[in-house]
Amino acid sequence: MGVMSRTWTLTKIRLVLAMRNRAFFFFSLVMPLIFLVGAVIFIGNRTQWAGYILGAILTTTVMGSFWGLSVQLVTFREQGILRRFRIAPVGAGPMLASSIISNYFMALPVVALEILVCRFVLHMQNWGNLPAILVLVTIGSATFSSLGLIVASVTNTMQETQMINNLIWMGFIFLGGATIPIGSFPHWLQRISLFIPAQYLATGLQSSATWQATYWEVIEDCIALALGLFLAFEMSRRLFRWEPEAKAPRRAKMWVIAAFVPFLIFGAWENFYGSQLQRVNTNYRVLSRMLPMQTKPTQ
Amino acid sequence: MGEPIIQVENLYKNYGAVEALRGASFSVQEGEVFGLLGPNGAGKTSTIEILEGLRNADRGVARVCGLDPEKSGEKFKEIIGAVLQSTSLPQKLKVREALELFANFYPRRADAGLLRRFQLEEKAEAFYSQLSGGQKQRLALAMALVNDPRVVFLDEPTAGLDPQVRREIYDIIAELRGSRKTVLITTHYIEEAERLCDRVAIIDHGRVIALGTPRELKQGSAGTTRIEVRIARPPANGSMGKLEGVTSCREIEGAWALSSTRPPATIVALVKLLEAENNELQSLEMSSPSLEDVFIELTGRRLRE
Repeated sequence: MGVMSRTWTLTKIRLVLAMRNRAFFFFSLVMPLIFLVGAVIFIGNRTQWAGYILGAILTTTVMGSFWGLSVQLVTFREQGILRRFRIAPVGAGPMLASSIISNYFMALPVVALEILVCRFVLHMQNWGNLPAILVLVTIGSATFSSLGLIVASVTNTMQETQMINNLIWMGFIFLGGATIPIGSFPHWLQRISLFIPAQYLATGLQSSATWQATYWEVIEDCIALALGLFLAFEMSRRLFRWEPEAKAPRRAKMWVIAAFVPFLIFGAWENFYGSQLQRVNTNYRVLSRMLPMQTKPTQ
Repeated sequence: MGEPIIQVENLYKNYGAVEALRGASFSVQEGEVFGLLGPNGAGKTSTIEILEGLRNADRGVARVCGLDPEKSGEKFKEIIGAVLQSTSLPQKLKVREALELFANFYPRRADAGLLRRFQLEEKAEAFYSQLSGGQKQRLALAMALVNDPRVVFLDEPTAGLDPQVRREIYDIIAELRGSRKTVLITTHYIEEAERLCDRVAIIDHGRVIALGTPRELKQGSAGTTRIEVRIARPPANGSMGKLEGVTSCREIEGAWALSSTRPPATIVALVKLLEAENNELQSLEMSSPSLEDVFIELTGRRLRE
């Protein structure tokens, strides 16, 4: 039995368990749909906004994997479920990878539904760059799942997990451009937002959905997210704890910050040399000036 | 005797200032049902969890099938099965799914029919959360056998279960013995050790203080009879221990446990003593020495103190 086979076995059972979980249905299906309904009401007949709104809603959906996985992992550890798996020939890698893959599979139908609603209910004028959207959703889902896993790896109790999750989530949701357009921020806050992982996902998805950005135009977003994914996954694998009483040393919490290093580097680079803020503001102009969707706006 | 399948030599384990193991040593032969008998906190779970690869020893040697549990990884896990003392499964996992899930992790699998063998067929589609304590424990045993392991570790497999379920678990363990599986079982139930184990190591304060077959251990108290006496008032200081034929005397939970080489003479002397002290005999029980007596003799305490 190889690592791949064990990962796939665990992925299948996680999918089955998720389908039986009412909380999963609420947070993964009902909540995004509530956002969608809100968007439908908000947009009314301003169909030019649909692409931008789709980008924001997709970002929120994909980022949701950050919450679910960390809470589930800590619950499993506290209940002694993980130690039963530890007796079996299953390593930390397949345990973590299966969480990420199953989360991705669960997000896909919701993502598809959101795209369909935007296209046919909100009358989005084109499909956006669907392949680019799929790539960003895939990398983004894995990245935010991994960031959730690293929080679970360095926290000892559910309360601690929720506290750290809330702090990080606030930054993601309010500074990342998923709820409040970054283009509406004062300039200094826009510069801070360049350090937020969610910003790369939101900007990439909004660009792909709003003006059909090419792969090349979202490559930086993809690289930033992929580096974050690699670092966060490897750290959470190394810091993985099976036993309820195995406490994370205080210094381990610093690893959460280490997982954000790629975004700090990208943020610093963008602040000095990059064009990310130009893209962010271009996306926002589409929203604020209601530019026609068919034409790529000038910078 | 061949090479032992489980080997423990001079094992030490500390949890901060608490010394859980202080040089425990024993070995188990292939096909043996071996019991670690001792009170709570004696070091049984630490020993078994080191052997399962769940904990690291501070010092000493632990080998299972010649492998170091700490370093042998998947190869080691593929040949063992275990029932852990404190563990759980996802609440919405079905019994059949749990067995299939764990079976899929191993290259070698037990024959189909574990559900039937462990009387779980009717509960195959039930969620883990819907099982009774006994059913959960039967499932844990079935899961420990999905890979047809060479060595099975059972950490207090009947703790907290009612007597009927306990007897069902005993039957299953007896069946394992019949199939020549090597079983290491920890327990603080005397009955379990006497009934199931080929050999028993009595463990206390992190050390093995006696080791042998239940019969051999009881023969350590050979020639003595246990007399347990309850009296209305405490006797005069040391008077019970001076009775004729008495080799040891201890007060345990308000009763006096006497070991006597000449029971009739001891009883006559006891009656005379009580008359002289104007005391009253409330109850008197005589029995052959049990493992509990062996434990009391060695430690001065009952197993579940």
